[in-house]
Amino acid sequence: MNIVNQMDLNFPAKSTNESFARSAVASFVLQLDPTINELADIKTAVSEAVTNCIVHGYGYSEGTVYINVKITDKGKIVIKIRDKGCGIPDIKQAMEPLFTTAGDERAGLGFAVMQSFMDKIKVSSTVGKGTTVTLEKNIIRHRNSSGGADLGHGE
Amino acid sequence: MEITYENEIMTAFLKGEIDHHTAAPIRSEIDGKAESMRPHVLRLDFSGVKFMDSSGIGLIMGRYRQISLLGGSLEVVNIPKNLEKIISLSGVCSLGVVK
Repeated sequence: MNIVNQMDLNFPAKSTNESFARSAVASFVLQLDPTINELADIKTAVSEAVTNCIVHGYGYSEGTVYINVKITDKGKIVIKIRDKGCGIPDIKQAMEPLFTTAGDERAGLGFAVMQSFMDKIKVSSTVGKGTTVTLEKNIIRHRNSSGGADLGHGE
Repeated sequence: MEITYENEIMTAFLKGEIDHHTAAPIRSEIDGKAESMRPHVLRLDFSGVKFMDSSGIGLIMGRYRQISLLGGSLEVVNIPKNLEKIISLSGVCSLGVVK
């Protein structure tokens, strides 16, 4: 798997940055010529992961959210979203739909959305150190990509 | 956000992007108005919503609870096509509120 392009994005864990983060990742992914649906899936999953960093990782206190996005020569995107916050004691429980520690207004669906909107999700976490969520999605190429990353094979 | 009241129906026209950041002011505006208007039906109109993550689901579930406590019922209308995936994943349809 060769990486043909990548980018890093760090920003303070403020909820105002949720919109910026998903838009920035979506803009970067545009070079793969994704469909509107693929782009919406990615934006939604990134929004969930970044919100988790802010609400759970840092518990609304100060911190930095780290995003790295890689594009492979097979047209796969790999998005790592990391916080250096409190960590998750029980990842399996945290990933169960409807489980939430954040009260009535959180649906407890963040991980369920990431799982169903992306092809693959990996969560690694150490209590007291932080959490990394890795999201992967294969962007299906429908058209000849124009001006984007040279992906080395045709339709 | 525009909110109308007619024939005991309070309608909130949601618009733009609903995420964890934008959901909070939407929630407090709707709850404040619903408490003073006491509508029979609280209708959330999603036609102007361009993006929504699970915060939008939390918003629906929270309003369902709130309006039920006030003795009213919730209706969710005009879900745009691009939001159908997250709505169906969430299971809110089982509340019978999505029209």
